[in-house]
Amino acid sequence: MSILSKFAPLRQTYEQLRAAGQNPFEMVFDGMLSPTEGLYRGRRTILLGTNNYLGLTFDADCIQESVEALHLQGTGTTGSRIANGSYDGHRKLEHALAEFLGRRHCMVFSTGYQANLGMLSTLAGKGDYLLLDADSHASIYDGARLGHAEVVRFRHNDPDDLHKRLRRLANEPGSKLVVVEGIYSMLGDAAPLREIAQVKREMGAWLMVDEAHSLGVLGDHGRGLAEHTGTEADVDFVVGTFSKSLGSVGGFCVSDLEDFDVLRVACRPYMFTASLPPAVMASTLAALRRLQESPELRTRLADNAGRLYYGLRDLGFAVGPQASPIVSVALPEAPLAVEFWNRLLEGGLYLNLALPPATPTQQPLLRSSVSAVHTTQQIDRALQLFELVGRQLGVLPALAGARRQRVAPKAAAPVHADVALIASAGGTR
Amino acid sequence: MNETLQNTQAEIIEGLRETLRKPVTLDGSTHIVRDLQLDSLAVMDFIMSLEDRFDVVIPLDRVAEVETLADLARVVDQLRGRT
Ligand SMILES: Cc1ncc(COP(=O)(O)O)c(C=O)c1O
Repeated sequence: MSILSKFAPLRQTYEQLRAAGQNPFEMVFDGMLSPTEGLYRGRRTILLGTNNYLGLTFDADCIQESVEALHLQGTGTTGSRIANGSYDGHRKLEHALAEFLGRRHCMVFSTGYQANLGMLSTLAGKGDYLLLDADSHASIYDGARLGHAEVVRFRHNDPDDLHKRLRRLANEPGSKLVVVEGIYSMLGDAAPLREIAQVKREMGAWLMVDEAHSLGVLGDHGRGLAEHTGTEADVDFVVGTFSKSLGSVGGFCVSDLEDFDVLRVACRPYMFTASLPPAVMASTLAALRRLQESPELRTRLADNAGRLYYGLRDLGFAVGPQASPIVSVALPEAPLAVEFWNRLLEGGLYLNLALPPATPTQQPLLRSSVSAVHTTQQIDRALQLFELVGRQLGVLPALAGARRQRVAPKAAAPVHADVALIASAGGTR
Repeated sequence: MNETLQNTQAEIIEGLRETLRKPVTLDGSTHIVRDLQLDSLAVMDFIMSLEDRFDVVIPLDRVAEVETLADLARVVDQLRGRT
């Protein structure tokens, strides 16, 4: 028996996905043409699932400053932030983020995943409690598992349920840290942060918001859901990532808490990994500047998001609860979703496919993420393709006069594998 | 098995029946993952519903070592005794 035998059911799922056409979890792009277009098997393909909210991956200033840093400081730091791996660029970016978010302190991590891993496992220790929204991202669950705090889930976006669970802990002496996300990565819904902040105040808990999908997206200045809802004073810790609106890679946490810096020598996912390369710090710093100088990007993003969301909704697709740059269409079953996804790709449109149990509603999702730099034509082309494939596969009713053709999915993908299956970034649990 | 433990187990089984919505034989020796084929998410959701049923907090690490319904009943019973 192989050490990998336990993965037999997963392997089976994986192979059935392959049989259906392109396996969504094995996508390889031949090249990138722009933030919204890639080459896939030699074809120009619209990218509608890249979390590239502001489209800054090809920004001229970001590239130039990154190239300069690369020439001046080399390809990598080859060391930890607490050894040889802290350069001027890391400190500059930390100061810039703290200033932008109006906080005293900032720590930069090598990914957003590690920021959550580090903050959750270090802030909440033995005897403390972590209260996690049930639909939290995998990095939040993993951070909770890495630490020694007691972990309690509350119902998704339900402040009353959170209140009830905190009340049950009222006599426990440990600190309680509530963790929510600005925009949830699967359905694009935002946390009811005002109500959650009120519960947090009333019950004497701490509050952390992961603004991974809302930084640069929400708020008049792009500071995220906390700015948008006027709750920044109640949010004790903001975590975020550079891998979405800032177009690079990395993560951070900001706070006003006195002594926050002690975490630099206590937080293992911060200490025991190499720091980000100088070129990444330089492009991220330039992107943060662009984010602040170009509020029109957020307006365009919101317009594009609305165009896609209401377009799909009006066609009759089951979209998420609110318009946001994450627009997900729920389909009844996995084989149909895999077939739908493949047909969109054949038509020249890439987006993410998420399969249960990685999805909050136990339904497969076709997950789009919209960018400020998508053209109207690209969004409309996506809508056209959705409509075409939707009618071909019987997800939408056939048009009057047209012959209804319910196409049988090519292969069945079992959905029992107990693993988070999500193409590209942004899975839960 | 004392009386409260027995009650706790009976209530857990009742809760599970409501969750599963399909006829199954359930007793203390039922293996939660193997016999019921619940994925990790379904288990976590079931634990959340038990928290409400018993008005207690059941931290996730406490259920990490739970295999059977009797194991689960013992953990819940302990936590009920705490408040
Ligand atoms: C809510 C949330 N938090 C954290 C992360 C991790 O970010 P990163 O890609 O920087 O590791 C993601 C993205 O995958 C996310 O969706």
